Amino acid sequence: MNYEERLRNVTVMGAAGKMGSGILLLTAIEMADLSLQPENKGKPFCLNAMDLSQEGLAGLLKYLKVQVTKIAEKKIVLLRKMYEDRTDLIENKDMIDQYVFDVISVVRPTIKIESAYESNLIFEAVSENKDLKIKLLSQIDQNNSNSPWFFTNTSSVPINLINDGAKLNGRILGFHFYNPPAVQKLVEVILPNKPANGMEEFAKTYAKNLKKIVVPSNDYAGFIGNGHFMRDALYGITQMNQLTKEYSFTESVYLINKVSQDYLVRPMGIFQLIDYVGIDVVQFIMNVMNPFLKDEDLHSDLLDQMIELGVKGGQHSNGSQKDGFLKYEKGKPVAIYNPKTKAYETIAAFQKKCDIALGKHPNPRVSWKSVIRRKDKNEVFLEFFSTMKSMSDMGAKIGMKYGKRSNEIGRKLVTDHVANSEADVNTVMLTGFFHAYGPINDYFVF
Amino acid sequence: MKKLRKKVYIAAGYNTISMGTGRSEFNPKKERPGLEHYIKEAGQATIKQINDAANIDEGVIGNFMAARFNKQANLPGFIPFIDEKLQWKPAISVEGACGSGGLALVTGLKSVLAETADAVLVLGVEVQNTMKAIYGADVLAGAGWYKKRKEGHAYFFPGQFSNRAGAYYEKYGMDYAREGLKRWFVNAMENARLCPTAQEYESKETDLYKLYDKFNPNGANFVDNLTVLDCSKVSDGASSIIMASEEGLIKLGIDKKDAVEIVGWAQVERNITHEPENLTELITIKKAAKEALDSAGLIIDDLGTIETHDCFSIAGILGVEAIGFAEPGKGAQFVADGHTARDGKIPINTTGGLIGWGHPTGATGVHQAVTIWEQLTEKAGDAQIEINPDRPYGMTINMGGDDVTVIAMIYKKAE
Repeated sequence: MNYEERLRNVTVMGAAGKMGSGILLLTAIEMADLSLQPENKGKPFCLNAMDLSQEGLAGLLKYLKVQVTKIAEKKIVLLRKMYEDRTDLIENKDMIDQYVFDVISVVRPTIKIESAYESNLIFEAVSENKDLKIKLLSQIDQNNSNSPWFFTNTSSVPINLINDGAKLNGRILGFHFYNPPAVQKLVEVILPNKPANGMEEFAKTYAKNLKKIVVPSNDYAGFIGNGHFMRDALYGITQMNQLTKEYSFTESVYLINKVSQDYLVRPMGIFQLIDYVGIDVVQFIMNVMNPFLKDEDLHSDLLDQMIELGVKGGQHSNGSQKDGFLKYEKGKPVAIYNPKTKAYETIAAFQKKCDIALGKHPNPRVSWKSVIRRKDKNEVFLEFFSTMKSMSDMGAKIGMKYGKRSNEIGRKLVTDHVANSEADVNTVMLTGFFHAYGPINDYFVF
Repeated sequence: MKKLRKKVYIAAGYNTISMGTGRSEFNPKKERPGLEHYIKEAGQATIKQINDAANIDEGVIGNFMAARFNKQANLPGFIPFIDEKLQWKPAISVEGACGSGGLALVTGLKSVLAETADAVLVLGVEVQNTMKAIYGADVLAGAGWYKKRKEGHAYFFPGQFSNRAGAYYEKYGMDYAREGLKRWFVNAMENARLCPTAQEYESKETDLYKLYDKFNPNGANFVDNLTVLDCSKVSDGASSIIMASEEGLIKLGIDKKDAVEIVGWAQVERNITHEPENLTELITIKKAAKEALDSAGLIIDDLGTIETHDCFSIAGILGVEAIGFAEPGKGAQFVADGHTARDGKIPINTTGGLIGWGHPTGATGVHQAVTIWEQLTEKAGDAQIEINPDRPYGMTINMGGDDVTVIAMIYKKAE
């Protein structure tokens, strides 16, 4: 079965979810582009958008229409070539509308798992529950005579466990998109111990066609991305707890969040990132990873407490940020949650005191936004962190320690054979987390 | 073209801001003023400079594609909307793509020459930011022959002029040509920074040459031979001016020192269904410029400043050659040497032209006339150039489509 044949009948499970909808969008585009090639005219292409939520599926079609329109507008030069022979399509708008129709025509929304029984490829993007994944994949595989390949979007469950549990004989591969899949360039690819023939090559071609950057990861819970993020987040929480000896809880969260953003020159602070991913998701991933870790307890009582209090973060369906550790107005943090009083406390009330406590910033002109596109980033960071190292202010000291810890986490992912190289770790953090520099660097060496 | 049978003047000009990307007030996600706002602002600003709107005999409105950009036709109906004293007076709208403004001037001129009016309010308007540029490209493609749209580029007109640029590169060398195009862009931006209504007025780039070099033509994303810096803006705006006879000026209370005389003009059409014979020559502009100069009994050495239709930087270079300042292939050198800069031999587009000031398509012809009127009556503010008394004439070249509809006019400060 060649590339195009493999993509003739595909199912995305969990298609109405945050990740599933993005995977569906990208796959629908790829399948429609194949269907529009002259040699494929008349051949049916079928993409089952499977989800248990009827409401979710209805919203999915609206999402697809908006997103495919945007994509079509961007590739209009190519579309004019693709529709060269269609004499009825004259203007850009004619072709954009036709393309939206052609892409959506590939998609078959469904709530029935039976739809996947004829597919050659199944993308799994259901919740991070090993047993559920095994149950669903096993059921499909037993009823599907095509010996389909299963691409799972799991960000934490070891692939071999699913493979063995569902008896897939190596017909499974971790294909871990980053959120949102339509925008994020990174895909972590994880192979099982004995992968099916041709599956890795197909995955690489598919990723390339989707213009994704592939980083191979070995089959350890959490892989590279969460391997770093979860430990980094736990470190942030621990440091925050340390500060509560001298500062209130909300002040401590503010201090660590600010240092992890402004002093580490990251796109957002660690508590904002936890909110972005979802406090419940972070807790869940830690719980999935923890049983597989030796000499390490990847667990946070604070996260458990927040979930119990119903404070979860994550995003609204329109993409805006839900309140979590931080409360957001127009996307900007304005208050911090106090679990004791079960109320948000306005940042403005203690910001000045905390900023004074942090002391001087090494160089206020150096921010994530100001350096992210600079070609001489390395020189900027060498000077920035060298200045920071020489400073005795509290913010600088916490920042240096934090950067060093991030560095250690990155290196350990290589020595633990989760990642094949330091470069792979850095690529994941640069492209999947939009860091301005990789965690493995010389900036924090003492 | 016959000589003018009587003296005709322009006065009381006004340009709205050219609104679009580049202006800090512009936010594509927020609701913006519509077509009627721009018409009213420009029209009322002109009326403010005369004694009484009742003394205007008729109105002319130039517009290209309000029917598609704004779902609005029957634009003459907006003339009485400007001032109630224009109610029940004649008004007309004219269309010739991006030459619509020039045609509005010609229409006003003809009314005065025909003595059916002594004072005409001439206005041009376009509001294009109602849709994304990719759909606007469909609308603007109407300036070409519709049967050619299918084979044209997604960005139809950038595609047409990219082909012209490609032919110029092939004939005379790409690096050489792009040095000229670069200087054209730099002049446009520097001049626009001197004019508060210009779309690029707030441009702050410190090294414009370096900025231009950062962009390379890329056919996969845009067109083969030009970049966005070689293109005019997507703009909303209106311009207006009074076209009047000597009697008209008196009737409106306009002092002659505030007026500019039209001493020559030409309007030339090329068959829209034909491809240009020579991509490296703007033959319609060449004919129009010559006819306008001939009708005034002048030569190019008499010209002190020009507003020419640089919808694309290559159109600027080819325009310089077509008007006669440089031999074919030498226009890029002429521009690169600074001869068209504001302190050069012949200052061109002194407030930024279509690339720097902006290009509200149907308004551009009127905007050019307003700019020349400002320069010749010393009302150009920071953008004012010194007019050499030995070369006191100004010229406008307004083009619709790919060298199809061209209007050339020659002006001189009224005496």
